[in-house]
Amino acid sequence: MTTVDMTPATNKSNSPTNPRRRVYLPNTKYIPILATLTLLLIMYFTGVANYRNFGQPSVVVNLFRDNAVLLVVAVGMTFVIITGGIDLSVGAVISMTTTLTATLLAGGWPPLVVLPLVLLLGALLGAGMGAVIHFFKVEPFIATLAGLFLARGIALFINQNSIPIRDKLWKSLSEYRIVLADGVVTKVTSVTAVVVVLIAAAVLAWTRFGRNVYAVGGNADSALLMGLPVGRTKIAVYTLSGFCAALGGVLFSINSTSGWALQGQGLELDAIAACVIGGVLLTGGSGYVFGSLLGVMVYGLIQTIITFQGDLNAAWTRIIIGLLLFGFIVLQRVVTRRAK
Amino acid sequence: MTILKNRLFWPAVILVALLVVNMFTSNQFITVRDGHLFGTLPDILRGSAPLLLVALGMTLVIATGGIDLSVGSVMAISGAVACLLISDLGNQNSVGSVLLIIGVAIVVSLVLGLWNGALVAAVGIQPIIATLILMVAGRGVAQLITDGQIINVQSSPYATIATGFFLAMPVAFLIAVGAVVLTVLLTRRTALGLLLESVGGSPTASRLAGIRSRRITVMTYVVSGGLAGLAGLIYSANIKSADSISAGNLIELDAILAVVIGGTALIGGRFSIAGTVIGALLIQTLGVTVVAVGVPSKATLLFKAVIVVALCLSQSATFRQKVFGRIKPRPATAVRAEVPA
Repeated sequence: MTTVDMTPATNKSNSPTNPRRRVYLPNTKYIPILATLTLLLIMYFTGVANYRNFGQPSVVVNLFRDNAVLLVVAVGMTFVIITGGIDLSVGAVISMTTTLTATLLAGGWPPLVVLPLVLLLGALLGAGMGAVIHFFKVEPFIATLAGLFLARGIALFINQNSIPIRDKLWKSLSEYRIVLADGVVTKVTSVTAVVVVLIAAAVLAWTRFGRNVYAVGGNADSALLMGLPVGRTKIAVYTLSGFCAALGGVLFSINSTSGWALQGQGLELDAIAACVIGGVLLTGGSGYVFGSLLGVMVYGLIQTIITFQGDLNAAWTRIIIGLLLFGFIVLQRVVTRRAK
Repeated sequence: MTILKNRLFWPAVILVALLVVNMFTSNQFITVRDGHLFGTLPDILRGSAPLLLVALGMTLVIATGGIDLSVGSVMAISGAVACLLISDLGNQNSVGSVLLIIGVAIVVSLVLGLWNGALVAAVGIQPIIATLILMVAGRGVAQLITDGQIINVQSSPYATIATGFFLAMPVAFLIAVGAVVLTVLLTRRTALGLLLESVGGSPTASRLAGIRSRRITVMTYVVSGGLAGLAGLIYSANIKSADSISAGNLIELDAILAVVIGGTALIGGRFSIAGTVIGALLIQTLGVTVVAVGVPSKATLLFKAVIVVALCLSQSATFRQKVFGRIKPRPATAVRAEVPA
């Protein structure tokens, strides 16, 4: 009854108060992502105004090059967080992948066998964690924490030292430059990351699987009662996250042409923070791949500004990231409260 | 039967088994030398103090349905504050000044806990993200305090809190035991524990029942911050320096693990301090045992991972039912056994 009464009331109050004043009110579900976009643009133009050469296109292009790994990992994380879960194992999966790749390549395995093998392994580990979470009702936080220990344990077991990669394919991929425009070049890794973002965004927005992901995150019980494959979806998102982490590891190994078991420490929290900055809600059911892209860009831009500033040390980087995280979360909190 | 079904049964069995293994592998498990205990067991007890303290605070936070990721950073900050102030002292061996500085460091940690609590209870940010902020920024603050360097101190009263002995027992362990006993008394001999569990079960319902749920939530974060600060002091006193990078690195994960092994569910509403103590001791003993048994250092983490996976699965009621339920149908579950047949 109340809803029937309220609908015309709000309509009335909107139009006749001041017909000339037309305030553009975006759909509330886009507000967090628009807030991040605004923040990002403000940061970018502050940079342009304050530093020489900041406005060059290569700065933006390099953002993708430097954050390709984080971007790919954050995409997988987005799916997991939207279902209401969390994946702490991604950084460890990266280290496992780089170590395994470097070891196998050094052992003379053909690169075209190694590549699918390590990707499959990452996906399998993710599927395993997803299965434990779904079938044994272990909390995602704990199951993926065990996955973190397991993956990094495997990496350290294979080799504790940094292993160089001398394979021809890896070398040529690492050295290959794609010329976008005059003076603007990029690498294979950043193109891969962008392709992953585009595919993931399409899958999340337009496929049945994507809808299921939102439904499971919104309310798993309702999704089950609606007849949606809750278990399959949950396992699938962890598989996807494992695959993305392994792909991130491959990109890492291409970027650095080496493998190291201590690679990617703490990257899981960077990825989670990037998703949250991008407006993905940790309670699940809400968020976009493009939001996470913006979150990663915010992360990367903070680091770019700190590099341009030159006299800020690593300590300030952490503090500023923390402050921006704080500012954004409070903003998001205020916006969502008002929307209610 | 009832003992077997207790959630703490398997963790306790593994802890005892690891200790027995240590008894055989170490040449001195426990002896008395120079008037105090000496050997592997006292070493384990001493080394477990920081994790015990952090896990204790984490238990209370998790009991209210929260989580505190910032404990490692708080450890780094409190160690940095203490070492900076001590290194400025004219006489680093003056007991009074060191005690005062320890007090200052703990107050700083309590304030950091209050910040977390305010973000969670007053602003209403999810605990994992609210504490992530301090986790990221806190280590930067610690680096700023130490100016990116490792501050060394030569203060014997300060070193005592980590390496000293009192009544033949390691001081660090006694501090941890004191904190545990105090917490048990406060939560189980007063209504406080009940209130904590009620807030964890449902903050709204507890508020309607007349409990100041916000105040309780903030309090748990403050306590967690203070205990983490204490742990940071013990850690930095042990190495006689402030290392803002590696102090308490990844300890939040070990602490959460200890709490979960101890049977406290991450959703809140129930907690077991005895379980947390067993969990923390288990994790510490595991680390010592792996080295003592002679597992090569490269396999340490893998070994730990296998134990952790086994523990997590053993705690899952569904897992036990699915695996053990089929192998040995118990007479008590005879009625249920008829259903699938």
